[in-house]
Amino acid sequence: MIISLIFKKLVQALKDLSPIILVIAFFQIVVLKQPLPQMGEVLFGALLVVAGLTLFVQGLEMGLFPIGEAMAHALARKGSLFWLLCFAFALGFSTTVAEPALIAVAAEAADIASQGGLIESSQESQQQYAFGLRMSVAFSVGLAILIGVMRIIRGWPIHYLIIGGYAVVMLMTIIAPKEIIGIAYDAGGVTTSTITVPLVAALGVGLASTIRGRSPLVDGFGLIAFASLLPMIFVMGYGLIVFG
Amino acid sequence: MEFLYDFGYVLLGTCRDVLPIILLITIFQLFVLRQPIPYLRRVIVGAVYVIVGLALFLAGLEKALFPLGKIMASQLSDPAFIYGAGEMVTQADWKAYGWVYLFAAMIGFATTIAEPSLIAVAFKANEVSAGTISSWGLRITVAFGVAFGISLGTFRIVTGTPLYLYILVGYMVVIAQTLFAPKSIIALAYDSGGVTTSTVTVPLVAALGLGLATTVPGRNPALDGFGLIAFASLFPIITVMGYAQIMHWRTKRKR
Repeated sequence: MIISLIFKKLVQALKDLSPIILVIAFFQIVVLKQPLPQMGEVLFGALLVVAGLTLFVQGLEMGLFPIGEAMAHALARKGSLFWLLCFAFALGFSTTVAEPALIAVAAEAADIASQGGLIESSQESQQQYAFGLRMSVAFSVGLAILIGVMRIIRGWPIHYLIIGGYAVVMLMTIIAPKEIIGIAYDAGGVTTSTITVPLVAALGVGLASTIRGRSPLVDGFGLIAFASLLPMIFVMGYGLIVFG
Repeated sequence: MEFLYDFGYVLLGTCRDVLPIILLITIFQLFVLRQPIPYLRRVIVGAVYVIVGLALFLAGLEKALFPLGKIMASQLSDPAFIYGAGEMVTQADWKAYGWVYLFAAMIGFATTIAEPSLIAVAFKANEVSAGTISSWGLRITVAFGVAFGISLGTFRIVTGTPLYLYILVGYMVVIAQTLFAPKSIIALAYDSGGVTTSTVTVPLVAALGLGLATTVPGRNPALDGFGLIAFASLFPIITVMGYAQIMHWRTKRKR
């Protein structure tokens, strides 16, 4: 029973991974006409990936989803809007501020800005710039989850907020320095890590299913969308303040 | 032995990512909610699975697929491969980059299928919609969006056209679709833009973008290397809403 269950999960993980293996093998053998290097290492690595994905999915169902929903239920039942919003902001801010992908992007952005002569090329000013960038992204993700939770509680339609956000992004693109635009657009994508996403999704769906008159499908999703939109606006705003 | 060291390093990194979440939940449980967590033991075991699983997943990717994928990205964008060895090229010819566009599309599709955060959101969507949204269907639709987005993004780098024009047109399409798409899919479609780009997609796609921007004549990596991730987060919104619209019309016509 348990063995067949594990086997099923393993097959599923293998199915998830097979496209990558096929694409890489195809390009290596057919297009670049080179043998696959270090077959043993590659196979071993692929094995780890499959085992890891199996464990991750199992852990999602057992741990991350239930805890996200339990927090949502408990906070909604407590009935204190203040603590709910505090939790939402802290969740967004704390998971983003130390995110390795963001630290890497911020450091790279500082490098580019100093090459372009936008900031002094001293290490101190580069670090300061990267730190400011990270803080504005982390703050914006916290604010995004907060706004998203407000939206679920009040039942605001999501498309007005998102379309409004798009309009702001486009307006800011016109006035922001061009060195920051590419980074700003990408910042939206790198903020939400693999552990944050399931937790935030469970929080949204949990809230929407607890509050009367909200549908989990229509209202429960959308938190991640805010978390990818707001950082773009904040990073461009940061660029305007620092360079302007 | 070396592998154990690598794995330990990745595991430590994953733990550090989880630490703020654990702290936050503990503080709220102890000081604000003051209630025991239901099935605490099961939740802790699940959390350990998530951390170990993710660390294994990342260590495996770094061992097997990332090095190969990154080498490929740089080989495919190498002028010697594209124009033939010994050719001096001063002006990029966008028609010569066929393999790059194809590689971009296929790697975008493949990495999205394996993206753990998308698996999580698709699982939730399937559960919440009581099965009407199939988990595989959503993931494949999103993957097509990413494939198209990244392919178009490499085309943009090769031609050097401004990023914001593409994004502007993409936003217009999204806004127009929002007006006609079934209400129940809109929030999920917006979300699927944000989840596509994380652990698997970003490293490979970033390598492709920077590789292209460095080798294509006349491109500046600082200005042109970014933006692929933005494409990968925009186009899934369009494909998910498009798919929902098509399904909606079909069921309407049947009646």
